[in-house]
Amino acid sequence: MSVWQAVAAVSLGCYALKLAGLSAPRRVLDHPGVQRFAALVPVALLAALIAVQTFTGDRALELDWPRTAGLGAAVVALLLRAPFLVVLVAAAAVTALLRQAGL
Amino acid sequence: MEMTTRSPAIRDGLGVGIAVGLSGIAFGAAAVTAGLSTAQACVLSLFAFTGASQFALAGVVAGGGNLAAGAVGALLLGVRNGLYGLRLSGLLGARGWRRLPLAHGVIDETTAVTLAQPDAESARTGFLVTFASLYLTWNATTLLGALGTSRVADPAVFGLDVVGPATFLAILWPRLTGSGPEARELRMIAAGGAAIALAATPFTPAGVPVLLAAVAVLTVLLRRPS
Repeated sequence: MSVWQAVAAVSLGCYALKLAGLSAPRRVLDHPGVQRFAALVPVALLAALIAVQTFTGDRALELDWPRTAGLGAAVVALLLRAPFLVVLVAAAAVTALLRQAGL
Repeated sequence: MEMTTRSPAIRDGLGVGIAVGLSGIAFGAAAVTAGLSTAQACVLSLFAFTGASQFALAGVVAGGGNLAAGAVGALLLGVRNGLYGLRLSGLLGARGWRRLPLAHGVIDETTAVTLAQPDAESARTGFLVTFASLYLTWNATTLLGALGTSRVADPAVFGLDVVGPATFLAILWPRLTGSGPEARELRMIAAGGAAIALAATPFTPAGVPVLLAAVAVLTVLLRRPS
């Protein structure tokens, strides 16, 4: 497989996967079990993404202090009921400053 | 009146779209460093448009791994977008040919912003604004990163690697911190999902840990049917 073939396969496949979810037949989407699963599954996946993107690197668990502190700053901002964008800026600023400080 | 109810969705969408979109610099730089051409990096951002899958393929190219296996791994990372689609289908009113352009925008960040909105109108606005701003920023910065490679600063210097997790946390926060059995159930699902993904990380290929997190939903559903 050439690199271009892999690029084409991934591009087409990723789009097809997105379209498949949106195109599920009404009959399937209206099933109460499917509705409950679909309503709850983003919570599990987004929580998993928070954990994986914060605490892993290169397929191993990894504690990156600036990133962890940045997420901590987001928690503090959320507890203080800060607006959404302030939460993001606080997280990025703390991470950037700690990296700058060489942690 | 309509503007006031929709403006938070627009603000959230632009914030997430632009902040996360800037990480396209990291992808462009990583892709070219890995051995992809600038055109290949741009094609992936234009047509695959799902960061995790794109990084995964670049990683395999860099490591000189089997490209077919690498493509399968990248697609595995894209499976969750299909699951998001199940949820967004009704919210977006995605019928007929309009599904075709909307589908391209179904990714982590757009799903997160869409689900955070209080009503269907804001949900649609949030989705479209996040999709548009993220798509434009991600593709522009992919090109910049690919062309500049070593000259462009690493986005990690600006702490942009924490923007994704912080976005998802901010989105989930109000749903997780509520009281009552519903919020308790959501906390169990979130904690379970995070724990499963971390536990699976050392043992499974990229993409699988986050998908396995869906098992947390099944256990809650089976424990107390509907």
